Amino acid sequence: MIEVRWHGRGGQGAVTSVELLAVSAIAAGKFAQGFPSFGPERRGAPVAAFTRIDDKKINVRSGIYDPDVVLVLDSSLIGLVPVTDGLKPGGKLIVNTHKTPDEIRKALNYAGTLALVDGTGIARKEMGVPIANTTMIGALLKVTGVMDLDAMKEAVEHRFGRIAQKNINAMKRAYDEITISN
Amino acid sequence: MAKRVGLEVTVAVAEAVALCRIDMAGVYPITPQSHIAEHLSNMVADGLLDAEFVTVESEHSAMSAVIGASGAGARAYTATASQGLLLMNELLPIASAMRLPICMAVANRAVSGPLNILNDHSDIMPQRDTGWISLFAENSQEAVDLSIQAFRIAEDQDVMLPVNVNIDGFQLTHMVEPVEMPTQEEVDQFLPPFVPHATLHPSKPVTMGAFSMADYFTEIMKAKDEAIRNSKKVILDVWEEWGRLFGRSYKPVESYKADDAETLILTMGSMGETAQLAIDELRDKGVKAGLIKLRLWRPFPFAEIKAAVKNTKKLIVTDRAVSFGGPGGPVFSEIKSALYAETTRPAIYNYIYGLGGRDITVHDFVGMFEKVLADTENSSADTYEFWGVRE
Repeated sequence: MIEVRWHGRGGQGAVTSVELLAVSAIAAGKFAQGFPSFGPERRGAPVAAFTRIDDKKINVRSGIYDPDVVLVLDSSLIGLVPVTDGLKPGGKLIVNTHKTPDEIRKALNYAGTLALVDGTGIARKEMGVPIANTTMIGALLKVTGVMDLDAMKEAVEHRFGRIAQKNINAMKRAYDEITISN
Repeated sequence: MAKRVGLEVTVAVAEAVALCRIDMAGVYPITPQSHIAEHLSNMVADGLLDAEFVTVESEHSAMSAVIGASGAGARAYTATASQGLLLMNELLPIASAMRLPICMAVANRAVSGPLNILNDHSDIMPQRDTGWISLFAENSQEAVDLSIQAFRIAEDQDVMLPVNVNIDGFQLTHMVEPVEMPTQEEVDQFLPPFVPHATLHPSKPVTMGAFSMADYFTEIMKAKDEAIRNSKKVILDVWEEWGRLFGRSYKPVESYKADDAETLILTMGSMGETAQLAIDELRDKGVKAGLIKLRLWRPFPFAEIKAAVKNTKKLIVTDRAVSFGGPGGPVFSEIKSALYAETTRPAIYNYIYGLGGRDITVHDFVGMFEKVLADTENSSADTYEFWGVRE
């Protein structure tokens, strides 16, 4: 089982992303859970959302405390929210940022696997909006290999209709452009 | 063929209710139930569900509206949680006394105060004695299946009682997970159209919910008690048929590795599968641990509970509500009462946990077992404890 914790701000679409990812994983024959951090959410305030994906039925229904992967949708949260808390040894940290690995490592005092991509920049270019939630799904799929990018297509089309292709293009670019350093 | 899909549980429940071809929904939004109301409303607006969606100004009105609709012969549905359920309370015994087969989802949420929107069972527990059949779902599949079965049970001429289906708030309602959605044909085959015994209609006047003083009131209460006790036979029949049609069996009390268990834990609602993981972990360590899950809360399954615990030495009962100044959590009280006359019964321990959304992990369940197993004198049996409380 892979457990992912997403950090974003209310309105950036972290919950939409965990839902799209869970729906797509289930459609691909896997078992998955997608859920928000339970409680009231406000636009702009730090939020978390969670994904579990497995090849067999998932029985646990508790929160995720030791994620395999942490994905930071908004790098301005670094320093405000302890994003690396509980990240498993050997876990992976994915950040949407235009900063360098050294800058992120220093800010977080983090030495593990780090994957960076300028998701917001890609979203601007591909979709004309600085909303990187679907873009960063591409980053997550590249880093984890949990399923193929193509598996997202149906859920994204169902959700976004005529702007689906732009989302898929952005996802693909993040998939291709993300850089991983150990 | 049923289709396996990923859906948020509230959406899956709303779709299941639509498959039941409801005639009317009267729902007032309240977290964490609101997505059921929204999705039903969307389906009606989009022409996907041929039903009347009555927008009401409160849950009191929601229950009043479904009582009226059900009395007029409609298949009527509502959903609520927490304070909304408390606001409905006044009308719940009226719905059951009028023998109206209303179905309702309760997205279980703590009641105020302090204000809290997260899960526990403090909303449904005070409704225990309102004469409603009460079922608890463990996962999305059960939430969907029970929501469909509810109409069939409620509308059976030998039952004619309202049914509530309890779906833990957030832990269940806000989870996107896999579910097999039955097809319309399958549901149509399982659930025939509602044929009411009598309806409110101007051309054939009847009286429903009439006045009664001391001359008949006791007899009416006895009749209601017999009706809900007798409903168990229908519930068992419906679950048996569901198993044949859909391949998923339902029992009033489910068990997991319980046959040879020396220590059992009892859960109700969404934490059952997490508890299973604790049982696996304890079994790996050689502990004879087992799990029973209470699905049918009313009518209470006395015989099944007695049978499930008859060989066990210790029983841990978990509760997600408090009976302040009372004998322990409400489930604990019921279990103790059910076993009082038994010549041999287990030592019973009660942990009140998961209040107001406090997370429960595998580690918590293992901890409960360890604590109970260490109590060799049974000194903390028959008492209750707030699990994990900071003092």
